[in-house]
Amino acid sequence: MISQMLLRTHEKKTLIVAFLILLAAAFVPLSNLLLAESNPLHIPGYLVPLLGKYLCYALLALALDLVWGYCGILSLGHGAFFALGGYAMGMYLMRQIGNRGVYANPDLPDFMVFLNWPELPWYWYGFSHFGFAALMVIVVTGLLAFVFGWLAFRSRVTGVYLSIITQAMTYALLLAFFRNEMGFGGNNGLTDFKDILGQNIQAAGTRASLFAATAIALALALLLSSAIVRSKYGKVLVGVRDAESRTRFLGYRVENMKLFIFTISAMMAGVAGALYVPQVGIINPGEFAPANSIEVVIWTAVGGRGTLIGPIIGAILVNFGKSIFTAAFPEFWLFALGALFVATTLFLPKGIVGTVEQYFARRREYKAAGETEKTYQEDKAAALTATTASPQAAE
Amino acid sequence: MAGKMSTSMLYLDGVSVSFDGFKALNSLSFVVEPGELRAIIGPNGAGKTTMMDIITGKTRPDSGQVFFNGEVDLTKKDEADIAQLGIGRKFQKPTVFESHTVWDNIELALNRKRGVFSTLFYRMTPGDKARIEEILETVRMTARKDDLAANLSHGQKQWLEIGMLLAQEPKLLLVDEPVAGMTDAETSETAVLLKEIAKTRSVVVVEHDMGFIRDLGVKVTCLAEGSVLAEGSIDFVSSDPKVIENYLGR
Repeated sequence: MISQMLLRTHEKKTLIVAFLILLAAAFVPLSNLLLAESNPLHIPGYLVPLLGKYLCYALLALALDLVWGYCGILSLGHGAFFALGGYAMGMYLMRQIGNRGVYANPDLPDFMVFLNWPELPWYWYGFSHFGFAALMVIVVTGLLAFVFGWLAFRSRVTGVYLSIITQAMTYALLLAFFRNEMGFGGNNGLTDFKDILGQNIQAAGTRASLFAATAIALALALLLSSAIVRSKYGKVLVGVRDAESRTRFLGYRVENMKLFIFTISAMMAGVAGALYVPQVGIINPGEFAPANSIEVVIWTAVGGRGTLIGPIIGAILVNFGKSIFTAAFPEFWLFALGALFVATTLFLPKGIVGTVEQYFARRREYKAAGETEKTYQEDKAAALTATTASPQAAE
Repeated sequence: MAGKMSTSMLYLDGVSVSFDGFKALNSLSFVVEPGELRAIIGPNGAGKTTMMDIITGKTRPDSGQVFFNGEVDLTKKDEADIAQLGIGRKFQKPTVFESHTVWDNIELALNRKRGVFSTLFYRMTPGDKARIEEILETVRMTARKDDLAANLSHGQKQWLEIGMLLAQEPKLLLVDEPVAGMTDAETSETAVLLKEIAKTRSVVVVEHDMGFIRDLGVKVTCLAEGSVLAEGSIDFVSSDPKVIENYLGR
């Protein structure tokens, strides 16, 4: 019954990918923890957080695709929501250090002691509780997206103008978070984390659990996104993308439609950032860099925007390539990335997944056309037999 | 005029709007009665499209009154409000959702709740399904219901858009050059369709094609330089010397 319900709300390929991700959620930790190092299926410890990082990026790309691929809002500032989610988690992790910091101050994080801050600023209250921090991951990102989107969409800022102000938003946050006075560790950001939920953050078991949590979050986000884009609301979104004024004159409030998906997408990006920080062990203002947000756009374009699986594949492939490339020729990575984007735009405008889907759709069409042709030929043959047979029948 | 206003479907009085000093509409006034099919003609730049923009809330007039159904002040509403009140608009260039199927295009246009959450949790009812099928039948698109709108011919897109407007169940339909780029056969079929539609609602058609307007056989308003030049039957309007000079003679 559950499988029937799933099939009704999702496409088969979405379910397959969600299943594969969940399979990875089980396989990677088990293989890392249980299999002997000599076993060919063993995943070494250094790889677990790296794979987890890829999945965080995949979740971020999926979030961007919801607004860009389905609603035509090219956000060049999604890195900001990712970073904000990361900071919320980072603040929790900072509070878990307690008196194990360099200055052994039980009440203040190291950087505040260094800056001679007398007490914890009010906006750090509550972050010693995981639940509160987790809530803030979606509340802060959602609220920023809501306010930003409310102002931008109501004023009908669209297209390249919207892209530019999203870029400005992330740049403004970058500058703000660089300032020591902001109380988020300035240039150095937040790091030297010790524990998460009482577990040592460096331990193999914790890393494996973080990977599993990321994979599960990605699978759930994929199913949620699929439910959204396959609903009538999702169809309206595509309508906004293709013919905004038509949607408006049909009586839809385009600004509300955009605002909802933009907020959901920002929250997803925030969750991705929150899962990213404990796995890489640091969050600093560099994550707000406009170039980061642009990279997300490239992953999504390479994988195939307007498909849900595309951004996941794109993010994983491009970042896997980046890991290899930056190890071999570190100074050429940006050229390679630029070339990749140009090549995608020229030769794979629909991205990898979009192109594959198009190929299969064409083949189906071709096959269907072939079959009608065949039945037509058979009908003709049958008609011929009938006419040749009828005189005999008359006799 | 107050009496006229309360019984009319659409009432414009002294509507003016200018863009950067250019007066697109200059004290335009006319009235469309319930159930009326009205044709509007006029040379390029006469203000036909601006007039539609004002009625549908895309543009706000600098001065003048616009009332719908005798009571609703349209100058205070936006596009979505006005569409939900029951004014449908067909664009000059056929505007359909290209990456949706014909069926989905009609489904999206269907006059149902249009909020974020009502669309998010929308489930197709048998009634809605029947209604979509009926509309597809009316605009003769049943056979193509599963095709993407992008793959339709120009004329079919025009018809699909008319179908979407029917699904919207408007009380007043504004149609901008519905037969531009259509073959002669399609043009006369469209005239029949519009007359059929006008039986149950008011329709305002902006058109250049005089043959088509003759086919419709309705009251004609000729606009020029943002105001009404002449109004009456097609023969009356086309014999008016001002109309000949401003529009037909050119």
